[in-house]
Amino acid sequence: MSWQSSVATIRVLVRRALNEITRVPGAAIPGVLAPAIFFLGLTSVFGSLTLLPGFTTHSYQSFLIPVSLLQGAAFTGAATGVNLARDIEQGWFDRLLASPASRPVLLAGLVLSASLRSLLPATFLLIVGLAVGVHWPGLGGLLIALFLVMGMAVVAATWGTSLAFRFKTQSAAPLMQVGMFLAVLLTTAYAPLHLLTGWLQTVARINPVTQVVEAARQGFVGSVTWGDTWPGLLALFGLAALFTMLALRGMRRMTL
Amino acid sequence: MIETLAANARVVAALGRRSVMQTLRRPQLAAPLIIFPTALLAIQTAGAGRAVSLPGFPPVANFLSFMLAGAMVQSLLMTGNSGAIAFAIDMEMGFTDRLYATPISRASVVLGRLAATAMLGAMIAVYFISLGLIFGAKIHEGVPAVLWIIFLTSASALAFGSIVAALALRTNSASVVQGIFPLIFVVLFVSDAFFPANLMLEPASWVAHYNPLSFIVNGIRQPIIDGWSLETQLKALAAILGFGILGFTLCAAAMRGRVRRGL
Repeated sequence: MSWQSSVATIRVLVRRALNEITRVPGAAIPGVLAPAIFFLGLTSVFGSLTLLPGFTTHSYQSFLIPVSLLQGAAFTGAATGVNLARDIEQGWFDRLLASPASRPVLLAGLVLSASLRSLLPATFLLIVGLAVGVHWPGLGGLLIALFLVMGMAVVAATWGTSLAFRFKTQSAAPLMQVGMFLAVLLTTAYAPLHLLTGWLQTVARINPVTQVVEAARQGFVGSVTWGDTWPGLLALFGLAALFTMLALRGMRRMTL
Repeated sequence: MIETLAANARVVAALGRRSVMQTLRRPQLAAPLIIFPTALLAIQTAGAGRAVSLPGFPPVANFLSFMLAGAMVQSLLMTGNSGAIAFAIDMEMGFTDRLYATPISRASVVLGRLAATAMLGAMIAVYFISLGLIFGAKIHEGVPAVLWIIFLTSASALAFGSIVAALALRTNSASVVQGIFPLIFVVLFVSDAFFPANLMLEPASWVAHYNPLSFIVNGIRQPIIDGWSLETQLKALAAILGFGILGFTLCAAAMRGRVRRGL
């Protein structure tokens, strides 16, 4: 298959996935609303944590919004896995596998659509956040946060698709969602690392998603620096590479 | 008369037992009641645990002791929701139609489902209290508090469950019932389930002071962290009674509507 055909195939797969937003809007609404509800709820509940000595900002909204952005991306990416499981159950994906498109091209179509779709909850959340007083991160901070959001959607989508290839059923949906939900929350989601207690401090320190959260957060709570950005990018690329390999292996096993 | 009541009681018990077993056997029904609230309890306890040193935070042995009541109420709301989803699926699949064709009252079918929800509420209390004790929570008022909490959680589950069951009866649709899942979190976030209302930000703090869910949370929480207060417990009972009356009234109206529509 030529590279022009590969690009055309990816474009068609992306368009098919994006069509779901307009054709089944009800399916997209929970993924957009849930992170916003969690953001507004958690900031109202835990807003006083900024009064703790050593807390890095006085605005809990600014501290929490990157977590909600990444949560939105994670749910969107996991939904790609659920949709793929549905396509496998209904036999549609078998027809794709019988086409001359290569396996990485098929995966790229799925993953890129998730990446683009993640901008929908992110945009909604940013509007809500800025309306309730989130600190403007600057253009650089915003672009970095959005890039990380799209990258997180890629990670979640490859995680979801690898599970879809493994279980081949929509019943695996909770596993796809809970896995990502925990990956984002087992970080410095609620408080800076030194204010976390017990086991969570240890887990957050070794969880690579913590670096992604911190990189996305920097513009909202302070200034953007390369030193705070590259660990997040490295963690994201590492996770994406790992889950892409697992997804491709799962796809190959499907055809054995 | 007594024979009829006894027959209906046997039906309620049998359907209740079936519903409990159905929940325990299906991971997709059991997981939201246990895994999600447990994960959130663990993460919030470790993530916001230092909040106990904030001025105005009530004196507690640790943040876990404070959070237990919130986790229980979160799980109870999900139990009500999960039970109503299973009930709606029973209606969609025609299981309830077959029950209606037998010589048992329609109310028994609904009560059977709600009895299971109440039973699961009691099991949730036992689970979270055990979990709390294992990980260092202290129950200030000891065994009597545990028994009282089991009663409150069971009654709350019944009351919450009746409201969502009414929705299932009215709509006949599992996906509509599932759709109220985000609403559970909205109601929880504007109560003091996860944090003291006086330390929450406005307007959530104001709403939490008057939210009946806060009364139930405080009824469960107080014997864990502090001691008995008649006023707090009466408020909790009144809130449960209020939810229950609302739920059963809605259920009765929905069932009358179904009979009118020939369902």
